[in-house]
Amino acid sequence: MIQLLAFYLFAILTIASAVFVIMARNPVHSVLWLILAFFNAAGLMVLAGAEFIAMLLVIVYVGAVAVLFLFVVMMLDIDFAELRAGFVKNFPLGILIALVLASELIFGILAYNSGGFQLGTPDGSAAAMLGKSNIASIGALLYSKYLFLFESAGIILLVAMIGAIVLTHRTRKDSRSQKISRQVHRRPDEATRNERPEVGKGVKL
Amino acid sequence: MIGIGHYIVVSSILFVLGVLGIFLNRKNVIVILMAIELILLAVNLNLVAFSAFLHDLTGQIFAMFVLTVAAGEAAIGLAILVIYFRSRGTIAVDDVNRMKG
Repeated sequence: MIQLLAFYLFAILTIASAVFVIMARNPVHSVLWLILAFFNAAGLMVLAGAEFIAMLLVIVYVGAVAVLFLFVVMMLDIDFAELRAGFVKNFPLGILIALVLASELIFGILAYNSGGFQLGTPDGSAAAMLGKSNIASIGALLYSKYLFLFESAGIILLVAMIGAIVLTHRTRKDSRSQKISRQVHRRPDEATRNERPEVGKGVKL
Repeated sequence: MIGIGHYIVVSSILFVLGVLGIFLNRKNVIVILMAIELILLAVNLNLVAFSAFLHDLTGQIFAMFVLTVAAGEAAIGLAILVIYFRSRGTIAVDDVNRMKG
């Protein structure tokens, strides 16, 4: 009973917040609705027994991607009202295309429910380990069977990070950067000098 | 009882909402990127649901890879957005014709 309640709560909240993401007038509100959608989708994944992916979704999306979106939305000075100009004009076409896509998907689901194809069953090599938690099973599989794929995922993230830095980096003329060769070339005898001033007289700087 | 069908219905609705978001906000790149995130979320939900349905963890591992690519895509997309805004002062998609493609 409680699972049923939780499923419908998470499902309805996910879909409702997805609607608000695409309908909100202010993109800041869109980002906040997106965070709610991700939280509720994580709840759905926990219900399916995939708690590792659910937590990853919360950490990566809410912690990194949504904050990045929020940062960009607030940093750029954009007239959002102007960008919404075509909203009403595009509405009928958009709804039509969405309905076509939705009816195709529903058709596929109904066809599946009336007896899907038998596309084979998993061979059990990637089944969850008995008596181990979800994260332990995923870790065992990730570091053995999918090791190279996992490492290439790391390379993708590295390339994305370097790409984002290279794209947005700019050298400013007024910045005072460190000139290491000048610092290394500096000798004590040109930087300091010995003075022996008389009593009562200062040192000329 | 909740079955695989319920999950597929939720993720299909989410997917269609993402596509609708791209069509409705054709000028605003930021909302288009958010709609793409919604589509990828629908895909992830599907992968996880089928992973639980088939008792096979491959789906969850591939959901993780989808997450990786989505994070990279968001980072690069927003970086391009920032430099585009810096040089043009607007992010309207209609005006993006500099490369005459």
